[in-house]
Amino acid sequence: MDFTVSLLLGTFLLSVAALFAFIWSMSKGLFGDGTAAATQIFAPNELGTVEDPAATSAQKGGLQQAVRMGAGSGRGMAAVDTEARASADRSTSLVVGVCFTLAVVWLVLASLAGLISSVKMHAPDWWVQYDWLTFGRIRPIHLNLVAYGWCSLAGIGVAIWLIPRLLKTELVGAKYALIGGALWSIGVLAGTVAIATGHSDGLEWLEFPWQIDLLLVVGGGLVGFPLWLTLMRRRVEHLYVSVWYIGAGLLWFPILFLIANWPGLHFGVQQAAMNWWYGHNVLALWFTPIGLAAAYYFIPKVLGKPIYSYNLSLLGFWSLAFFYSQVGGHHLIGGPVPSWLITISIVQSMMMVIPVFAVAVNQHLTVLGNFRALIYSPTLRFVVLGAMMYTAASVQGSLESLRAVNTVTHFTHYTVAHAHLGLYGFFTMVMFGSIYFIMPRVMSWEWPYPKLIALHFWLVLIGFAIYFIWLSIGGWLQGLAMLDEKTPFMQSVALTLPYLRARSIGGGLMTLGHLIFAVHFFAMGWKFGPRRLGAALLGPALFSPQLARGVAA
Amino acid sequence: MSAGASFWEMDELRLITGAMVILGGATTLLVVMPYLLLENVRPPTALKPYTSEQLAGRRSYIANGCVYCHSQQPRDMKQAPDAKRGWGRASVAGDYAYDTPHLLGTMRTGPDLMNIGARQPSKDWHLGHLYQPRAYTPGSIMPSYPYLFELRKGQPKPGETIVNLPPALANPGEVVVAKPEALALVSYLLSLDRTYPALAEEKR
Repeated sequence: MDFTVSLLLGTFLLSVAALFAFIWSMSKGLFGDGTAAATQIFAPNELGTVEDPAATSAQKGGLQQAVRMGAGSGRGMAAVDTEARASADRSTSLVVGVCFTLAVVWLVLASLAGLISSVKMHAPDWWVQYDWLTFGRIRPIHLNLVAYGWCSLAGIGVAIWLIPRLLKTELVGAKYALIGGALWSIGVLAGTVAIATGHSDGLEWLEFPWQIDLLLVVGGGLVGFPLWLTLMRRRVEHLYVSVWYIGAGLLWFPILFLIANWPGLHFGVQQAAMNWWYGHNVLALWFTPIGLAAAYYFIPKVLGKPIYSYNLSLLGFWSLAFFYSQVGGHHLIGGPVPSWLITISIVQSMMMVIPVFAVAVNQHLTVLGNFRALIYSPTLRFVVLGAMMYTAASVQGSLESLRAVNTVTHFTHYTVAHAHLGLYGFFTMVMFGSIYFIMPRVMSWEWPYPKLIALHFWLVLIGFAIYFIWLSIGGWLQGLAMLDEKTPFMQSVALTLPYLRARSIGGGLMTLGHLIFAVHFFAMGWKFGPRRLGAALLGPALFSPQLARGVAA
Repeated sequence: MSAGASFWEMDELRLITGAMVILGGATTLLVVMPYLLLENVRPPTALKPYTSEQLAGRRSYIANGCVYCHSQQPRDMKQAPDAKRGWGRASVAGDYAYDTPHLLGTMRTGPDLMNIGARQPSKDWHLGHLYQPRAYTPGSIMPSYPYLFELRKGQPKPGETIVNLPPALANPGEVVVAKPEALALVSYLLSLDRTYPALAEEKR
């Protein structure tokens, strides 16, 4: 197969050439030093000043002290900059509040659907009398509610909120995002009903019927509108890393979703190839960019310290886009698809080490030396943990694409555990942290019960650890059993049972954590709790009295 | 650094162009090329198109999410002992000529079903197994599907199909009637038979 070989060689050479071009231009200093661009998210004189509206006054004092040990001290923002940021935040508060509220509702429903699916795996005669509750329907309902309900709407909310902060202006065209978010949510609701009533399209990640998909395509497009309108009025010279990720993600998703759901276009094995081109790209080009955009903003912003290397983030962005968009074929290793397609995907999966390394170095080295800050900042705790799990999930994903590993793990629960490491460990954790930061700014109200944030954190962390560790072990053993021709197939089912039960326990703790998060979220929405506004206010000039008291206490 | 002068400085135009070129490349590689390569694959002569009842059963297979636990893509003997388990030879693109939407699957919580019609050709077995899998396969974790059946006292009406349950499961004086959806699903399962040889030129 000359064609296969030349294609592979071409892809490989192109990748290597691009890498060398990058290194060459870096050595020639073509990037500049990037300092100006990296500090774009701070106001003049703000460096060294922490920001976390989710922290109590006492926590904020501790946070500022923890950071001051590592970095220089801030001299305080000018009042005019504080006011500009406050008005930037005000311009998004309605649309972001609506997106988060819908997202939290979807999260609770999605968690319940997931927990029911999990229990059904080891209690197969439980709740079987209703068709809509059968495993084969409640499981895709879980996936779709998580992906298009919770993750997407939380991501859209975070993206919209970040835009004016990143461009230092007010949001333009908030109404498009509001209409877009509403259409999107109607689509999620209609799609869920379609699956429950047996009208699924039958493709994983693409279960919603195409008539409903139109709502998500149009809604997703509309949600991106304010970004492009606001960009035309930007008051910053450089576009910060997060803008690239958000901009690209908002462009990519509607196109991906439209091509993937085009009725009557795809057939047979070609459809399977398309299915995993989409299935992996929705992670690569939609969730990951939004999650990384949030991490790239909140980690430096909370710490009051710019990211480690701006140039590295440039490498990370383009190599992520290039390599990650071509990895989907590794879902079909051993399947009836052309072998060049699978080989390309394996090669690009391994090349993913480059962007993952770039992001990991950048984000982890920013935190390095400031780990004590995690004690005081609720936002940072979730976001840094999420960023760590991004590294872990990505490295694990690259390894899983190798034929030798994939032969064991494919078709098993191991893959399910891996998927949760990405979309839960990374994305959902980053979203939790972001929402804790953003909501006090949206509501101008502090989180009423800070202890609930800690409880939420530990419940989901312990629950997820149980989930991931036991399901990975069970899945690996299941894979080994299936590969051994002397082991009867039923043995591969029986041996997973204890691990499936452990997964239900972990999932139960995660669901409990989500319920507490939801209760806290709505308690804040109705402005419950003591009237403490200190941390929700902006700028050191305004919160330093509380800060001083917090440190003294 | 001089203000905004860097060669690689990101602006809106570069972002949009780069993002679209990369997505275009990936789509060409993973969607368009497979499309062009596979659109002329002919169905093997031994493979029959689905009947309308089998297609109705296929819709039921999709509606009830069988694909989330069952794959339809036996692997090659070099990779896994699928053939020794009776799941059949490694599948080729032509085997799926009539399969839209595709149901290749990603999980084997249960066994591969590419050739279940050849492996288990009994209609009674399939009906009873859907009604209560554990009566046929001890230790199975497949859900039972009571909503595909109707439980009734007395005699069946003409034209109805009774499920012949194992004695341990049957209640005296009660009959289990298969609904049309169950019958269609079983007729689809029985049609899954790709035991004919794969054409040499189709081999991967």
